[in-house]
Amino acid sequence: MAITIFLLVGAVVCAILAVRSKPLVAALWLAGLSAIAAILIYLLGAPQVAVIELSVGAGLITVLLAFAISMAEDESMPSSLIPQPLAWFLVLLAGGLLVWLILPEIPNVSQQVAADAPFVVQIWDNRLLDLIVQIVIILAGVLGVLSLLGETSKETHTEEASMEGLR
Amino acid sequence: MSVTQALFAGIIFILAIGLYGLLASRHLIKVVISLQIMVKSAILALIAAGQAVGQINLAQSVALTVIVVDTIAAVLALALIVQIKHHTGGLDAAELNRLKH
Repeated sequence: MAITIFLLVGAVVCAILAVRSKPLVAALWLAGLSAIAAILIYLLGAPQVAVIELSVGAGLITVLLAFAISMAEDESMPSSLIPQPLAWFLVLLAGGLLVWLILPEIPNVSQQVAADAPFVVQIWDNRLLDLIVQIVIILAGVLGVLSLLGETSKETHTEEASMEGLR
Repeated sequence: MSVTQALFAGIIFILAIGLYGLLASRHLIKVVISLQIMVKSAILALIAAGQAVGQINLAQSVALTVIVVDTIAAVLALALIVQIKHHTGGLDAAELNRLKH
C-alpha cells in the first residue's frame, strides 16, 4: 500500500515536470515516469509487460526523442494555442468526470468474471489477430519512417546538386 | 479509500496532466511527450483493472498491444516532426496552417 502510493506520487511528479520542462529535459522526466510505471506494473502482477514497458518506454522512446530533438534543434517554448484558463477548465472537467464515473464503481467490481487463461495462451491463441495486426503495424511504421527520412536525404542531395550547378 | 481507488485516482491525475500538456503546448515534441504520458496512464489503468477483476493475463496481452501501437505512433510522429522542421524551419504547431489558404 505505502510503496504503491509512494510510486504513484513519484509518477505524478515526473509527469508534471515532463509537461513543464524544455523538450530534452522533458524526455528524461518521461523516461523516469516510464521506469516508475514499470515498477508499478510489476507490483500489480504483470512482469512481462513491466519488462517491455521498461525497455521500450524508458529506453527506446527516450533515445528516439533525444535523436529527434538533436535533429530538430529547437528549444523554443511557444505559448499555448488556447487560453490557459480554458485548458485548465477542460482538464478539470475531464478529470472530474473520470473520477465521478470510475471511482464509485470500483468496490462493486467482482473478482473472476471468467477464468483467466495463462499469458502464453492469451497472447498466442486468444489474441492471435492482435499479434498479426501488430506485425502489420510495425512493418507499416518502418516503411513510413524510411519513406519520411528518405525524402529528407533526397531533398538534401537535390539542394547540394543545385548549389554545385550554380557554382 | 481502498488501494485500487487510490491507484485509479493517481492514474486519472496522470492522464489529466498529459491532457493539460496536450492542450497547453504548441511545441510539437512536447505534444508527443504529452501523448506518451497519457498512454502510460492508459497502460497502468489496463493493468490495474485486470488485477482488480482477476484477469491480469488478459490485461497484459492488451497492454502489450497498446505499447506496440504507441511506440510505432511515436516513431512516426517524430519522423514527421523532423520533416516539418525541414520544411517550415520551426516546431510550432500554429505554423502548420498552409492547408487553410
